[in-house]
Amino acid sequence: MAELTVVKTEAEKGLADAFAAAKPKLPGGGPVAAMREAAFRQFQACGLPNRRVEEYKYTDLRALMRDAKPLAAPPSKAAIEAARDRKPFDELDAITLTLLNGSFVPELSDLSATAAGLTIVPLSGALAEGNALVAKVGRLAAGNDDVMVALNTAFLNDGLIVEVADGAAIDRPILVRHVFGDASAAATFARLVLTVGKGARVHLIETFCGSDADYQVNAALELAIADGAHVDHVKVIEDGGMSLHVSSLLADIGAHARFNDFTFITGGAAVRNQLFVRFGGEETVARIHGASMLKARQHADTTLVADHAVGHCQSRELFKSVLDGESRGVFQGKIIVQPNAQKTDGKMAAHALLLSEAAEADAKPELEIFADDVVCGHGATAGALDEDLLFYLRARGIPPKEAEALLIQAFIGEAVEGIEHAGLRELLMESAARWLAARS
Amino acid sequence: MSLLEIKNLHVEIDGKKILNGLSLNVEKGQVAAIMGPNGSGKSTLAYVLAGKEDYDVTEGDILFDGESILDMDPDVRAAKGLFLAFQYPIEIPGVATMNFLRTALNAQRKARGEGELSTPEFLKRVREAAAKLDIDPEMLKRSVNVGFSGGEKKRAEVLQMTMFEPRLAILDETDSGLDIDALKIAADGVNRLRSPERSFLVITHYQRLLDHIVPDVVHVLSKGRIVRTGGKELALELEARGYAEYQDEAA
Repeated sequence: MAELTVVKTEAEKGLADAFAAAKPKLPGGGPVAAMREAAFRQFQACGLPNRRVEEYKYTDLRALMRDAKPLAAPPSKAAIEAARDRKPFDELDAITLTLLNGSFVPELSDLSATAAGLTIVPLSGALAEGNALVAKVGRLAAGNDDVMVALNTAFLNDGLIVEVADGAAIDRPILVRHVFGDASAAATFARLVLTVGKGARVHLIETFCGSDADYQVNAALELAIADGAHVDHVKVIEDGGMSLHVSSLLADIGAHARFNDFTFITGGAAVRNQLFVRFGGEETVARIHGASMLKARQHADTTLVADHAVGHCQSRELFKSVLDGESRGVFQGKIIVQPNAQKTDGKMAAHALLLSEAAEADAKPELEIFADDVVCGHGATAGALDEDLLFYLRARGIPPKEAEALLIQAFIGEAVEGIEHAGLRELLMESAARWLAARS
Repeated sequence: MSLLEIKNLHVEIDGKKILNGLSLNVEKGQVAAIMGPNGSGKSTLAYVLAGKEDYDVTEGDILFDGESILDMDPDVRAAKGLFLAFQYPIEIPGVATMNFLRTALNAQRKARGEGELSTPEFLKRVREAAAKLDIDPEMLKRSVNVGFSGGEKKRAEVLQMTMFEPRLAILDETDSGLDIDALKIAADGVNRLRSPERSFLVITHYQRLLDHIVPDVVHVLSKGRIVRTGGKELALELEARGYAEYQDEAA
């Protein structure tokens, strides 16, 4: 029997070469090295996800990722100085941490200003010195078979480990800025690991921005939420216009917890935003919202899996996209209700507003329900702005662009309303207003 | 010169003729009523005046203050002082009434080359206008017309009219869906705005609105054109005798 050989793409070969070259230098002891090795083998067995893989039907990374960029080196002094001006959400009173080109930069971070019950450890240092917290890295990723998460595990070289002690209430949000500052392209693989103790309260805000280079981001957040904790996570993707962005949330939530998640996407040439949320304890309420505003040839895919492993939880998913030019917005949402997860209450909705004839919206809602006493539903719409609403506004003297902007802000606003932090809500609506003002 | 001159207006929608040679003048300071049966073209006239795009004007002209407005966009017409109070005011979820009023007022002022109103001045005007129309200030924080009762929607239209101070206000079936108390509040709001500098075109099927907004002149619209013009007593005659004779005559 002839041996079957899979033709590898340029990018797949590049990743294999990069892994072979980097392996001896990547930080971490034996268990971490073994974890990397296993993850890389998984990637090699599957290759980059392509359109024949159901989960990647609309976002063929084998086609989108033409080559593998070199692994980003730790930033130079000059690069750090140059990055001082990149300060998204500077208006927020937050504990600010910066990952520049995927590496933690103490000069652009605020480690001294921590609060009681909060521990923040840079990942590269922890891996190098064998900090006990390293044991938390990969716990949630281990249960996930997504290839892009596996690639992040294989290459992860820096990031943050954040611990919030039982009962601690962290008043100021933790703001993690992912910045790519270089003019030449590279690939970054940052990992955040946030563990929130019982009854604790914390806000995590992540922002992604970068240069005009065609850089590649593959970031992952492992988020373990203990019983009774209350966590808000907001991710703002404003990457450079040539970049390829993949980021994954791996969340595991205990009982009686509250989780609010929001993703706002305006940047990147191609974005894959993945959310894997597992409900592991009863009476938990989660609100998972998102909004995208895309133009030109931008592509953004939000793929969500809400896994109700136990019953009596409520999940609300609402994703809105505003699509101009030839952009494409994808939403895939799957709600899984396991056999014992009775009394699950899940509602999912995806709405797209098409501002041009050439824009495209794809929605693929899925319900996999194995319990018989649940309330689950989904809805999806795609359409243009309502002519009657526009006429009403114009009949009141509001010019066409302004009238459209008002309606688009209202459309996005419904999803943004779910964010609890008022200051952040305002900043995101200002960001939406800037996007609208830039429309020609 | 009349403020509004409609000359031999022919209008179609989807190839169907609705207005058929309508001619009408509204003088400065005049309150003109247009009465007519269902399907006579009343709402079409209102929409065409405001500039709705779905209608094709195949012949004729509309002059506002001596200038043709047929090629003007709805927002340009509004800034020139034309206001349509909608028969069915539209709900706009997510756009707060206050923000809407302010955006619209400032857009009109900007188009006319006037400065934006300061926040205190704007708030003062809204509060005063709302109080006179018995509108709860809390309502202004809500989305435009969302969850408003029929009466509240019509009062909100009159509130807008009060804020925008148009030169010509077109009231499209403002009485529809209103009980008598709500009708009085809306009519009082309109009457307060009557002035030698402001004209009204009051479109209605029934005479009862004209008990409260007393017109200077009444036009009867049938089959897309004006078939009779008279004083306010014409409205009473129509109420008593119905529209049958005009429909026959036009047919």
